[in-house]
This record gives sequence, C-alpha cells and structure tokens, in this order.
Amino acid sequence: MIKIENLHASIEGTEILRGINLEIKAGEVHAIMGPNGSGKSTLASVLAGRDEYEVTEGSVNFLGEDLLELEPEDRARAGVFLAFQYPVEIPGVSNINFLKTAINEIREKRGQDPLSAKDFLQQVKEKSALVELDGKLKNRSVNEGFSGGEKKRNEIFQMAMLEPKFSILDETDSGLDIDALRVVADGVNKLKTKDNATLVITHYQRLLDYIVPDFVHVLYKGRIVKTGDKNLALELEEKGYDWIKDDAGVTA
Amino acid sequence: MSETLAIKNKDHFLAHFRNLDFSFDVDFSKTKREEAEKWVKKLDFPTSKTEYWKYTRVNKLIKGDYRMDFPEGEIDIDLSVPSKNCIVLVNGYFSKELSWFSAEKGVNFSSLSDAKENSSIIQKKFATLSKDQDEIFAAVNTAYHQDGAFLHLEKNAVASEPLYIIHISDSESALSNPRNLIIMEEGSEAKVVLKTISTQKGTSFTNMLTEVFVDRNANLEINKVQEEGEQDYQIACEQVEQKKDSHFKINTFTLNGALVRNNLNIDLLGEHTETWLNGLYLLQGKQHVDNHTHVFHREPNCVSHELYKGIMDDQSTGVFNGKVFVHREAQKTNAYQSNANMVLTDDATINSKPELEIYADDVQCSHGSTTGQLDEEALFYLRSRGMSEKSARAVLLNAFAADVVEHIGVESVKEEIEAFIDSHYQGIK
Ligand SMILES: Nc1ncnc2c1ncn2[C@@H]1O[C@H](COP(=O)(O)OP(=O)(O)OP(=O)(O)O)[C@@H](O)[C@H]1O
Ligand SMILES: [Mg+2]
Repeated sequence: MIKIENLHASIEGTEILRGINLEIKAGEVHAIMGPNGSGKSTLASVLAGRDEYEVTEGSVNFLGEDLLELEPEDRARAGVFLAFQYPVEIPGVSNINFLKTAINEIREKRGQDPLSAKDFLQQVKEKSALVELDGKLKNRSVNEGFSGGEKKRNEIFQMAMLEPKFSILDETDSGLDIDALRVVADGVNKLKTKDNATLVITHYQRLLDYIVPDFVHVLYKGRIVKTGDKNLALELEEKGYDWIKDDAGVTA
Repeated sequence: MSETLAIKNKDHFLAHFRNLDFSFDVDFSKTKREEAEKWVKKLDFPTSKTEYWKYTRVNKLIKGDYRMDFPEGEIDIDLSVPSKNCIVLVNGYFSKELSWFSAEKGVNFSSLSDAKENSSIIQKKFATLSKDQDEIFAAVNTAYHQDGAFLHLEKNAVASEPLYIIHISDSESALSNPRNLIIMEEGSEAKVVLKTISTQKGTSFTNMLTEVFVDRNANLEINKVQEEGEQDYQIACEQVEQKKDSHFKINTFTLNGALVRNNLNIDLLGEHTETWLNGLYLLQGKQHVDNHTHVFHREPNCVSHELYKGIMDDQSTGVFNGKVFVHREAQKTNAYQSNANMVLTDDATINSKPELEIYADDVQCSHGSTTGQLDEEALFYLRSRGMSEKSARAVLLNAFAADVVEHIGVESVKEEIEAFIDSHYQGIK
C-alpha cells in the first residue's frame, strides 16, 4: 500500500529524517517506537503533507502515486489519515460542520453525490458510538476545551467518519486512561479490514496488547534501526532503548 | 503640503457646490445650511498633522472632479430587500421610484425633504448633533446635503420589520452628501439597515451623515453595510445621543471601497443605558478603512461594549481608533473594548489604538488589541481531513468573524454577510 524509500527530511536546515525505509501492505498493522525526538511525529507530518518540512531525498509511493507531490487535502482524499499527537483547537469552527464539508469535498472529488443530512447524521451517530464520544462534543468547536482524552477520541471518531485506507496514529494512547484506551483501541480494531493499513506510533507496549502489530520498528535519530515482531515491544518495555542505541552504533 | 496648495485644493473641492440652488428648502433648514457654510469656510481639511485624521489622507478625496446631478434614466439594480419599507437614495437624492413604504402606526419613514415640509419634530432636532464647528466634512454635509432618510418612531411604537435605507452611487464621480435623521421616542423600538452600494465603476465620493436620537427606554439597532465599488470613497458619520435606560447597537460592515472612514460618536446622557458597537472590515487590494469611535460616558451605571474585527489582505491598510471617555460623574461604568485583526500578507498593515480616558474611580473598563495571522496549524488540520485550502481558509476566516456577525439582529443581513465572507475568501488562493 505504501512504500517509503530512503526518505530524508529537514526543518530549518536540521536534518530530522535520515533515510527511512518502510513498506506497509494492505491488512497490516505496523508500530513505530523510539525515544523522544527521534523523528516519529516528523515522519507522520511528512506523510500527511505538512509543508514546514523539506523532503531532501527519497520517495513515498502510495497506491501507485507519488505521495510527496500531493497537497495535504489530496492525500486525505487518496485515503491517508493522521491522528495528531497534539490535535489543534479551532475556536468557532463546528466539529460536525467541518467534517461534513470535508467529507462532501472528498465525495465530490470521487464523483459521488454529497451525503444527505440524514445519512450524515446517521453515520455520526454510529461512528461516535464506536469511540463513545460524548454527544455534546460533536457540536462544539473543533477540540476547543476538550480534555486530552477527548481530543484523542475525536481523532479516532474523524478517522471512522473518513474511512481512510492508511491511518497513522501518533501517540493516540497518551493521555488516555485504561478504560478509554480500551475503547479507542477497540474502535481502531473494528475499523480494521484486509484492505486498509495502520501505522501506530507509541511509547507504550500496553497499547499493542490491544492493537496487535504485525511489525514493530524502532526509530532512532531519524532512521529505523531495528525491526521485529510484537515481542520487540515487550523487550523494549523491559530493557529500554540503550541496548539498541549501542547496537545501532549511531553517534550523535 | 504647502499652505497655498491646501487652499487651492479646498477651493477646488468647494467649487463643486457653487452652483447648487437650495432656495426650495424650508426656512429652518436654510438657516442651518448658512451657519454650516460659515464653518466650511473657516475650517481646513485635515492633514497628517490633524491627530483625528492622522492615518487617513484625504487629499485624493478633495482633489477629485465630481458631479452632483440627479441621474437620468433607469437604474438597473435588483435590491432584493426583504422588507416592506425601503428608502432609496441615488447620488444623495431621494428616488421616489425605487422606494416603497407601508404605513405602520407610529412609524414615520420618509425622505428628509418630505419630513422637512411635514414634520414638526424635525425642527427641534435637525443639525443639533452634527459637529459642524469641528469637522469640515460634517459642515459640508449640513451645508450642501441633497436629501436623505427620515425615521421617526413615536412614543412606544414598534417597527415590525427592519427599515432599509439604501444609498446608491450611480454616476461615475458622483459626489453625494446624503443626510439622515433618526428619532426614537420614549419606549420605541426599531431595526435599521443602512446600506451604501454602487452601480458604477468610476470613483465616487459619498459623505454621509446620520443623526440619531434614542430617547428614554427606546431600543435601536443599526446595521451599516458598506459595499460601494472598489474605487469609491466614503466618509460616514453617525452622531448618536442616548437617554436614560435606552439601548443602542450599531454593527458596521465594511466589505468594499477604496477609502472608507467611519466616525461614530455616541453620547450617553442618562443612567442605565446599554451600547454595543461592533465592526467587521474585510480589506483587499490597496483598500484603506479607518474606524474612529468615541463613546462618552457622562452618567453613572452605563454599559458599553465594543468589538471590532478586521481581515486584511494584499496591501490593504486598516485603522482602528476607539476612545472611551468616562466622565467624573459616571461611576459604575462598565466599558469593554476590543479590536482583533488578522493580517494575511506581509504588506497589509493595521494601526490599532484603543483608548480609555477615565475620570471616575469606581468603574470596570478594559480594552485590548490583537493582531495575528491565519493559524497555519489549524489550516493544515482542516486540509489533512480533505478540505481544500480555499474552503479551509474561508472556514477559518468565517470563524474569526463569527462573534461580530452574531450581533446582527436582522436575519437576512446576517445571511448576506456570511455568504459574502464565504464567497469572498473562496475566491482567494
Ligand atoms: N519546527 C521545528 N524546528 C526545529 N526543530 C524541530 C521542529 N519540529 C521538530 N523539531 C525537532 O525534530 C526532532 C524530532 O521531533 P519529533 O516531533 O518528530 O519527535 P518524536 O519522535 O515524535 O518525539 P516524541 O516522542 O517526543 O513525540 C526533535 O529534535 C525536534 O526538536
Ligand atoms: Mg511525536
């Protein structure tokens, strides 16, 4: 589904991603772990199309298209979704109206008719139930005054509404209590099919008990330095990152 | 500018009025014209040294070549006004053909010239608020106004529908001095829409003055929509007086115009009044908009709220100067003032100066001014959900303007402004 090759990206002259290679196939779940500042969110942002980052080398092929050439909205329309680590608050913009506009713009691009108000509301009802998003939150301004956990639920609610092919969840588990974690993870699992793929960024093995990954990668200083199965996450939980840093032999 | 050049420019401008014949006018109005003409002769046009006009150059307004005739022929325009009452003025003159009324008890709505002939209250009020002795543009309006709208609500009368006053600049280089008078007697209620539009592509200059009397316990809302052409000049002045327990709200929307200056002066003469001043200016190209507001708290226990917001694109320039003056007697005053600006390019500028001048000790007053850019993170967030950049921008700008738009009490005007913002910013990259 997505093939990332030798991806280099920098911001303000500092190279953050230093040659990422990663292929994710339909139906797979990949997890990326790694110390703070290693470039996990940067990778997510570059894939979603944030233009502050300059891609200096490499390529990303998404379903046969050169993803890096697309505008953020066209990536979303092609089926890329990013659940942000820090979802932004947008006062004055209704959570529900903006989603409706977005969905209908996507449908228009795909040559589909706009969703009727009734169908849209039906979907909102179903999908918000999936992540137990409080009814009140749907009608408020986007993320405004939401608690940390509510913001994360709202991200997964949007993911459910947009039905992406490839989702990146950037630390969706941080800020969630145990019950909320289970609810959100269940939601993500329900959205999983053999035709879509998920990239989960996390610091905690705990999440991976619920969303079981096929592969776990360790990102360190802008490179994937180790790849394994779900047991790698357990090992990291136990031993930390030091042994990998030594293994990788990467110097600052 | 040298003194001789200034005199030359003034002479050039005043020459436009030389051949006007006001002999048809009623006596009290003629007297007012003569008094005002004396001030016109005495006063100078403002320069960069005039504090009140510091950021707005009027030279090009004065130097223009204008015409002042009533337009011949049909005016091709669909006003689509959802009201039973609409007064249309064309190049400063009253257009009987384009206006329509339906009688309502206690609501007197007519042209100013009709009212001068038929109304007795007008003699006591006309040209008593306008500051002809201080402001040359006010004096010019009093001396040379062609016609205007007159609205008089009798005691406890309620206007069931919004009353529209529409001024059309219909001739290229029309110079118009429309003059309006609104008298709200005790306990009366009305909503007014005051709109300025243009059907020509040249440069016209509209110098409009509106005097407003809001008597005890009366309630008036004015929605001012400025939508002239992108070459047009406008100076608009509202001179307002509020008595005890009255409510007054004015919402100013500046949607177009090359140079627009708004002078809004509100005098609070009784206790327990409430006043709202809201404004939204959406500028592009080289447009220049200057909002000057003065609120004078003279009596205790009054509240004034002021909220002005601007979105500045391209090389546009905005000026906001809001002054709240709290007199020594005006204890327990609540006065809030805020000006927020969104600057979309490096070349757009805003001069924002909220001012509080307080001489009473037991008051609650606050003022603030902010200038920012479009939130890039929010823009990216919306786009990452599949929204085009255009609509994401429109959505964010609409959200920014929303708390001003919310103040509009006339539903059709509210929809019009929202639609304007949507289409306006969808068009921009
Ligand atoms: N706008 C920026 N300007 C300069 N440096 C930046 C900027 N954004 C990110 N960085 C740097 O890039 C590096 C990678 O940041 P990134 O957010 O991708 O890390 P991360 O792996 O997601 O960390 P965390 O686990 O804390 O979320 C960090 O050193 C960070 O300081
Ligand atoms: Mg991160």
